[in-house]
Amino acid sequence: MEKKHFFDKPGNLKKFLKVFFASLIALIVIDLFVHKHPYFAFEGYPSFYAAFGFVACVVLVLAAKYILRPLIKRKEGYYD
Amino acid sequence: MINAVAPAAIFIIGAPIIFFLRGRLKSVYLLLLPVLASISLLSMHEGTYWIVNFLGYELIFGRVDKLSLAFGYIFALVSFISVLYSLRVKDDGQHIAGFIYAGSAQGVVFSGDFLTLFLFWEIMAFSAAYLIWASKTEASRGAGLRYLLVHIAGGLCLLAGITLHYHDTGSLVFSFIGLDGPASYLILLGFGINAAFPILHSWLPDAYPESTFSGTVFLSAFTTKSAVYVLARGFPGTEMLIWIGATMTAFPIFYAVIENNLRRVLSYSLINQVGFMVVGVGIGTTLSLNGTVAHAFCHILYKALLFMSMGAVLHQTGKINATDLGGLYKTMPLTTIFCIVGAASISGFPLTNGFVSKSMIVSASGVEGLIPVWFALVFASAGVFHHSGIKIPFFAFFSHDSGIRTKEPPINMLLAMGIAAFLCIFIGVFPGFLYSILPYPVDYVPYTAAHVIDQLQLLFFSALAFSLLMLSGIYPAEIRAINLDTDWFYRKGAKAFLWLVNKPIVRFEYNVVGEAYEFMVIKPVMKIAGILRSFDIKVVDGAVNGIGRLTVAWSAVMRIVQSGKVHDYAFIMSGGICAVVILILLL
Repeated sequence: MEKKHFFDKPGNLKKFLKVFFASLIALIVIDLFVHKHPYFAFEGYPSFYAAFGFVACVVLVLAAKYILRPLIKRKEGYYD
Repeated sequence: MINAVAPAAIFIIGAPIIFFLRGRLKSVYLLLLPVLASISLLSMHEGTYWIVNFLGYELIFGRVDKLSLAFGYIFALVSFISVLYSLRVKDDGQHIAGFIYAGSAQGVVFSGDFLTLFLFWEIMAFSAAYLIWASKTEASRGAGLRYLLVHIAGGLCLLAGITLHYHDTGSLVFSFIGLDGPASYLILLGFGINAAFPILHSWLPDAYPESTFSGTVFLSAFTTKSAVYVLARGFPGTEMLIWIGATMTAFPIFYAVIENNLRRVLSYSLINQVGFMVVGVGIGTTLSLNGTVAHAFCHILYKALLFMSMGAVLHQTGKINATDLGGLYKTMPLTTIFCIVGAASISGFPLTNGFVSKSMIVSASGVEGLIPVWFALVFASAGVFHHSGIKIPFFAFFSHDSGIRTKEPPINMLLAMGIAAFLCIFIGVFPGFLYSILPYPVDYVPYTAAHVIDQLQLLFFSALAFSLLMLSGIYPAEIRAINLDTDWFYRKGAKAFLWLVNKPIVRFEYNVVGEAYEFMVIKPVMKIAGILRSFDIKVVDGAVNGIGRLTVAWSAVMRIVQSGKVHDYAFIMSGGICAVVILILLL
C-alpha cells in the first residue's frame, strides 16, 4: 500500500482552499488601510489590482480557449 | 593594462580540452572554467582592453563598463549553474558546445566594435544549433536546422546593417546607434531576431523545447539576453521598442495557456519576460534601463531554474506534456519546491527576485504616463503568473495523478536547482546587492506597503480566477495537439516551394520547355548530326579505310621479308650493317 500524500487526504484540499479564500478577504480588507501613491487615478481605487487580476485572467483564458485555439490548433503530426 | 583574462577566451579556448578529460578530473575542470571566468570578471575595471589590429581595423574585445559587467556577471553565474546541472551528461560535444556558446555570449557582451560583435554573434548561433541537435531526435534535427537558418538570416541582416553603417559613418565602433536610416533598421532587425521580436519570434518556441534536458537551460540564458544587451547599448530610448516590447509581453501568454508541452509553455513565457526588458530599453530612462538590466539578471536565474525543474521531470520520466504528467510532488518533492520558487519568482511574488526587478520597468512606464503600455505590462504580469506560476507546477506536480512513480534527479541537478532557487530568494530579500551592479545609481524602493499589497492582490485574484475556472471545468483541457505560430510561413512555405518545384514547375518543364526544346534544339541538332554523319562516312571513313588498305598492302610486302627464319634475318642484318659502313665511308 502506497503511503498517503498530502492531497490524497480528502480534508487537505478543502483546508488549502479555505486558507486561500481567507487570504483573499484579508487582502481586500488590508488594502483599505494602505496609503497608495498611484501613477494614474484609477490605480488608487480600492482593490483595483484584485479586480484587474481576476478580470484579466478570465479574459485571457476565455480568449485563448474560444478564439485562439480554434484558429491555430492542429493535429500533432501536422508538419510531418 | 588589465591583469584579467577575457572570459570569452577562458570558455572558448578551454572548451576543446574537455574532450581529453575523463571522470572526476573532467567534472572539476567543467566547474573550474566558469569559476575562473567569474574571478576574471570580478577583477576587471571599467575601460577598454584587448584591442587587436586586424587588417587595419581595431577589434575591441574588452569594452568594460557597468552595463557590460552586469551581463558578464550573470552569464558567468548561469554558466556555472548550467554546467553543474549537466555535469553527468556523457556526450562531450554538448559540454564543448555549451562552453563555446557561453563564451561567445561573453564575447558579445564585451565587444566594443561591430566586427567582434558579429564574430561572436555567429559563433553563438552555431553552438546553440548544436545544442538543439544534441537530443538526436527527428524533431530536433528539423528544429535545429530551422533555428540555424533563421539566425543566419538574422546575422546577414546585421552584417548588411554593419556594412552600411561603416559606409555612412566610417566607424566600426559599437555604441549608441538610434533609429536613423536603413543601416540602423537592418541592425535593429538583426538584433530583433535574436530578441524574439513578435512575428520574428517563432524560432524560440520551435527550437528550445526540442533540445536536451540540460541543453535548454543553456539556451534559455544567452541568445535573447545578449540581444537585450545590444539593444540596451545601441537603441536606448527608441520609442518603437516600447510598442514591440509591450506586444511581446502580451501575445505569448495566450499561446502559453493552450500549449501542452511544458517546456514550450516556458518558451512562450520567456518571450513575455524579454518583452518587459525591451519595453525598458524603449522607455530609455535611467529607471527603466536599470529595470531592464535587473530584470535580465533575475530572469536568467528563475528561467534557468524553471527549465531545470522541467528538465528534471523530462530526465526522470521521459515525458514533458501536461497530458502525460501530474502527481509528481509525491516522488519529487524537492524538485517541486524548486519549481515553485522559480514559478513564484517569474510571477513577481514579494520576497522573490522577480518582484524587485519587474516592478522597476512597470513603475518606469507609470512615471512616463504611458497608460496603454502600463496596462499591457500589468496584464502580462497577471498572465505570466497564470501560465508559468500556476500552470507549470500544477500540471507537472499536482493536477490529476498520472500514476508515474519516479525519484528525485541526481544530486548535481538538485544542487544546481537549489543554488538558483536560493539566489532567487536571496536577491528578492536583499535587492541592494543587485541594485549595486546596475548601470545607473538606483533610487528605487520596491518594498512599500502599497506596492506589496497591490502585487499580492493581482496575483491572488489571478489565482482565484484559475481556481474557479478549473473547478467549473471551463479551463481549457490540455489537448495533444500543436498550435500554429509564425513559423508556419516558412515551414509550410518551404513545403509549398518544394511542391511548386516538384509539380507545376517540373510539369511545365516537361510539357512546355521539353516540347520547345525538342522542336528548337533537338531537331536542329539531329539534322546537323545527320550532315556530320554523312561527312563522317564519306570523308573521314574514306580516309580511314584508305589508310587501312595501304597498311594491308604494305604488310603483304613486309611479310615477304619477315620469313621467320634466323639466317634470313642474319642476312638482312649483315646487309644492313654493310650499307651503314659504306654510307659512313662515303661521307
